[in-house]
Amino acid sequence: MLSRFFLRFASLVTLIALSVCIYAFTTVANDNVLTLQSTTSTENSGLLRFILSKFSKKTGITVRVVAVGTGQALKNARNGDGDVLLVHAKAAEEKFVKDGWGVERFDVMYNDFIIVGPEEDPAGLATAKSVDEALKRISEKKVPFLSRGDDSGTHKAERRLWTAAGIDPTPASGTWYREAGSGMGATINTAIGMRAYLLTDRATWISYQNKTQHKVLFEGNPQLFNQYGIIQVNPAHHPRVNAKAAAQLINWILSKDGQEAIAAFKVHGHQLFYPNAKVQETVN
Amino acid sequence: MQPLDGDRHALERQVLPIVAEGTTFVGTEGQRLLDQVDLTIAGSGILVVMGPNGAGKSLLLRILTGLVPITHGKISWAGQSSLVGNVRRIGFVFQKPVMFRRTVMENMTFVLRQFGLSKDDAQHRAERALIDADLHHLSDAPARRLSGGEQQRVAIARARVIDPEILFLDEPTAHLDPASTAIIEKMILDAKARGTRIIHVTHDLGQAKRLADDIVFLHLGKLVEHGNAETFFAGPKSKAAQAFVAGDLVI
Amino acid sequence: MNDGQSTFLDAFRLLASGNSELWNIVLLSLQVTGGAVLIATLIGLPLGAILAFKRFRGRNAILILLSALMGLPPVVVGLLVYLALSNVGPLGVLGLLYTPSAMVIAQTILVLPIIAALSRQVVEDYAAEYHEQLAIMGLSTWASIRTLIFEARHSLLVVLLAGFGRAIAEVGAVMIVGGNIAHLTRTMTTAIALETSRGNLALALGLGVVLITLSVIINAVLMAVRRSETRLSYI
Repeated sequence: MLSRFFLRFASLVTLIALSVCIYAFTTVANDNVLTLQSTTSTENSGLLRFILSKFSKKTGITVRVVAVGTGQALKNARNGDGDVLLVHAKAAEEKFVKDGWGVERFDVMYNDFIIVGPEEDPAGLATAKSVDEALKRISEKKVPFLSRGDDSGTHKAERRLWTAAGIDPTPASGTWYREAGSGMGATINTAIGMRAYLLTDRATWISYQNKTQHKVLFEGNPQLFNQYGIIQVNPAHHPRVNAKAAAQLINWILSKDGQEAIAAFKVHGHQLFYPNAKVQETVN
Repeated sequence: MQPLDGDRHALERQVLPIVAEGTTFVGTEGQRLLDQVDLTIAGSGILVVMGPNGAGKSLLLRILTGLVPITHGKISWAGQSSLVGNVRRIGFVFQKPVMFRRTVMENMTFVLRQFGLSKDDAQHRAERALIDADLHHLSDAPARRLSGGEQQRVAIARARVIDPEILFLDEPTAHLDPASTAIIEKMILDAKARGTRIIHVTHDLGQAKRLADDIVFLHLGKLVEHGNAETFFAGPKSKAAQAFVAGDLVI
Repeated sequence: MNDGQSTFLDAFRLLASGNSELWNIVLLSLQVTGGAVLIATLIGLPLGAILAFKRFRGRNAILILLSALMGLPPVVVGLLVYLALSNVGPLGVLGLLYTPSAMVIAQTILVLPIIAALSRQVVEDYAAEYHEQLAIMGLSTWASIRTLIFEARHSLLVVLLAGFGRAIAEVGAVMIVGGNIAHLTRTMTTAIALETSRGNLALALGLGVVLITLSVIINAVLMAVRRSETRLSYI
């Protein structure tokens, strides 16, 4: 009776131990594996899965995507925990390269930010003529506005817009100006729950499945331009990064093939990202 | 029962004689639970330790087995001052039987295996011990599913299976009915007949009279009398023992 | 609610249709949690048993520490493991960040105090029952502890289930050290978080139901094993 119990237990233990060992073997660093630190907008919309499968098919390189906010992605990359960055906060990216953490920054594609809110539009954003005016209406009416509050690319863009409009929402934090401290999707969830306005990238919004009564209320302004850039993490700082595969990925994304793949990606019939790499750029 | 021939048998130390001199145990609040006890245990037969509740009977048993370290005095086992780390041919049967969560047979073999016996030897020896104790029909029964009387019989058989030099019994029949008590007394007498030294704690006068060759009488932590059983029951010398035998001394 | 019902079925339909992506996620969850519980048990069970059996200086401090660590926030553990395994961290050279091994490490740290503290609690009762018997037999500390663990085996199964429950439901630590990478480190809980952030609330809920079902099945199977063992033999 005892031995039967142990036999059962032992076989279970062995099974688990074996599977643990198997990871250990399968996760050994590999020349054909690349870690891409990117943002939730590119991953959650499905863009990366779509274009990277083409890249993998062509080169045999597997790309592992860690999707976090731009701020977090830049920090992770600084720690060497990634080979390539694909993010959207141009000023922070240029500083990253200037400080020596990245090799060089290239424009890849763009889309735009939009302001969404409850369809009855209590602040009247639909008739605003400019971003400044839209934000002013929100702050004057003190209607809830939900910020990402997580140092992501979208958050940086939002702060820039408030500054440009000459409004400092910080003192209102906790009243009508609310900081979620979460990813784009989670922030949309929360904003819908509290019937708040928020700034989001169009890609995440279009692919988001649970819009309920929220809709796009302000869009199409040049200030809302959202540029994505790609950077190779500097192997001089982090010798273990996979520089060869990283260069391959960047070259491919900037190439005609990569740019066409980005343009071909559609959700519900909408193109979400517009390629704008300067043609014939290459890295070594 | 045949002597043990386990691999570790050669490493065993002898236990007897046990010599206690001025043995004192002080409790956590400073009370002398055992006070200046002198006692030598050798030879054979059944020594019954008697005394009212709180006299220190169980404590004396634990000190004589080394389970509880003494506060003052000296104690030795076959000249050694410690039993720690030695394989001991000591049997101990507790008031409430301590059964492992295994079958009766596995309870027996587990103890034997600790003495280095091979699986087959342990099995063989345990089987014979169970037949001797008339417990063979319960071999495959889960030990903790048996009645209190059956569990205590298994406990005695298990204590004896290693062929102990000395067997300590701490009120083994305190919770049992008369029929079980009779069987257990028979097992104790059987062990004595095979030459095992027995130290038996009880406050049951009838049982003491039926079993004892010698008597130790404890009262309030002091060894009051120690001598031949017949002499003791014929005329206890101390007042406390007189009162106890007369049934008057409860505390 | 209609949404929820329709996808409750969707998630199971995906499972039934042999959707390999979902099955891999389920399998990975089980492997990571199983591995963590196994390692935590190999360390925590003997540790708990020693604490139950032995009295030594500093024992109380360890007990307090273990109880406190039972409430470790997963995100904090995730962060600590991230810092250790990061390329600039002391263990960066192992290259374990963003792998299932990293997730096993983080969850082991989460589960270990639970297993050790609860085992201590369980084994202590058995130690009280058996310590004199074991001492009379002259058993060494290790032999005593082995015996106690064996005697307590049925009660200890519940301890393992408590550890399993903590690990399988955990998302904060595995998200940080695993990175929620598709086909590599995506578990049930990180997939649920992802689908929630994509607004696929129905699918997220369906995955949640799958996770709960899985947990119920595992608990039921182990408790059935335990019951049959105790019924057949021991109380």
